[in-house]
Amino acid sequence: MNVVDASGLGKRYGRTWALHHCTLAVPAGHIAALVGPNGAGKTTLLNIAVGLVTPSAGDLTVLGGRPPGSPAALDGIAFVAQDTPVYKNLSAADMLHLTRNLNRRFDQAYAQARLRELGIPLNRKASKLSGGQQAQLALTLALARRPRLLLLDEPVAMLDPIARHDFMATVITAAASDGVSVLLSSHVLTELERVADFLVLLSQGRVQVAGPVADLLATHRVLAGPAAEADRYTERPVVHVFRDGLRARLLVRAGAGDPVPPGWRAHPVGLEELALAYLRAPAEDESGAGAPGTSDAEAKRVTT
Amino acid sequence: MTAPTRPARQQQDPGLRPVPWRRMAWVTWRQHRFALTGAAAFLGAWAVYLWLSGLQAHHAYAAATACHPASSFACGNLISEFNNTYGARSEAVASLLQIVPALIGAFVGAPVLARELETGTFRYAWTLAFGRTRWTLAKLVPLAVTLAAAVGAFSALLSWYYAPFFADGNQTALAPTVFTLRGVTFAAWTLATFAIAALAGMLIRRVVPAIAAALAAYAGLALAAALYLRGHYLTPVVTSHQNLPVTAWIISQWWTKDGTFAFAPWPPDSLARRICPISASGIGNPKSANPLQCFAQHGYTLWHSYQPVSNFWPFQWIEGGWLLALSVLLIAATVWLVRRRPT
Repeated sequence: MNVVDASGLGKRYGRTWALHHCTLAVPAGHIAALVGPNGAGKTTLLNIAVGLVTPSAGDLTVLGGRPPGSPAALDGIAFVAQDTPVYKNLSAADMLHLTRNLNRRFDQAYAQARLRELGIPLNRKASKLSGGQQAQLALTLALARRPRLLLLDEPVAMLDPIARHDFMATVITAAASDGVSVLLSSHVLTELERVADFLVLLSQGRVQVAGPVADLLATHRVLAGPAAEADRYTERPVVHVFRDGLRARLLVRAGAGDPVPPGWRAHPVGLEELALAYLRAPAEDESGAGAPGTSDAEAKRVTT
Repeated sequence: MTAPTRPARQQQDPGLRPVPWRRMAWVTWRQHRFALTGAAAFLGAWAVYLWLSGLQAHHAYAAATACHPASSFACGNLISEFNNTYGARSEAVASLLQIVPALIGAFVGAPVLARELETGTFRYAWTLAFGRTRWTLAKLVPLAVTLAAAVGAFSALLSWYYAPFFADGNQTALAPTVFTLRGVTFAAWTLATFAIAALAGMLIRRVVPAIAAALAAYAGLALAAALYLRGHYLTPVVTSHQNLPVTAWIISQWWTKDGTFAFAPWPPDSLARRICPISASGIGNPKSANPLQCFAQHGYTLWHSYQPVSNFWPFQWIEGGWLLALSVLLIAATVWLVRRRPT
């Protein structure tokens, strides 16, 4: 089952396409990272998935074919929006009460236990909590709904490193122990390697590449060699060339068995370098498939 | 690509019962309790004043009417004292209360959607299982009913307060300054302003500008109703009699000569100077002492159109009716906007 399934998805604000020809399938059971620079369309995509924004083109379904915003979709998806909007004038206990009242399921015991663990007093107003505590409160409320899919929009952007670490630890625990599928957006690349096992790279409103992290890492290599010869490499598709003086590093779509030209050395690629390469070299396709080339369909295909 | 398999998945959730409506009651109360208790305190303070002041007025009026013989000097004193003390006070109260429906409606109605949109919390509230359409209905409808009921009860007290001043049947009950304070229109205007404010909040997305817009819209609508609409709810009585009932609410007046329209509402200065000059020597001159008679002698007829006081209740129901219809329409439009396009 795909928790998010988009085909030809587009959203236009005035003349600008925030999302354009976006085709994407995120299977269940992953912590998927939606990565891209600011303005790439991450928030728009998440807002469409949760039913807050209506697409201008194409369509998107969630939780195995359900329309966003439908009762089943609302029931199964917990959304933590950017800047974790909790009611600032409500206490944590009131937030729990409100959330319990407006959902079909709510695990009050879990929520209270977690808040106690986090040292968040129930009677304290949200406005009096630190940024990290507000984020943890929002995450606790979301998880206490026992969702099948957790959507997090830039959840850690405003947090300090410790709060960021704690937050992500909660997400990982929930995914591992409760089988919650997670799709989180971020423009921060660090830490993703530890957290995400599925990557969606979004840039300029298009999906540049998407797939399980293990598959992406297995099908990409870094070739290091003299910068003068960088343009001569044509054996496999080059995603991006990083130049550093006389040396160059090529991110190529190649497996471990592919030949390495003489004078060059092959390295496995890290997630951060892979993401940077794709974000630096946006797809120049006209087809609307969101794929940099024909062979890229390999990387984008989701087979679970 | 994984082939999108969309159709026919809807039917697999028959057991998904919606979250019960009543669960919103606590949420609505928790989020609007300051506005509601504020409105209640405001109305309550007014009610205490109206009750105490009204009791005095009722006593004074009862004393004046019980006075015997009615034509005596002492009785006349009681009546003029009642008019001077309580009549003047009731007029001050009337002018202060004019804007109360608008204030309560705007301050309670505008934040319902505007605050969620302003602070971004709509992204939280509208993605919970309750659903945003039902959320909006479950907020607007109970708030509207509560407001209408509370203000309706208040206006019952207001009607009682004004009873002595209208008891002798010599008041223009349809006059704009008092018409909306009695009967059903006081609550209807509150309801309408609430609905205007809720819609303004959805459109403007900020609380304070939405309140301002709602008050401005109320002012425009209330003026239009008083100046243009209300006089024509039912066909006015047209007469050339000069002895209109004292309770008549005059809509317009004009003059005719030889069956055709001459001028309105008063003769032009040039004509007045020519045919009916009011000179210093004219005082005591029976021919020109009364300009009305003078014009009548020159063949001019003065016409009035007016609404008789017996139209008070029909007008209350007509105005209450269209305001209720407007409110329902505006609330429906707000719900539709929330459902269709939140961002």
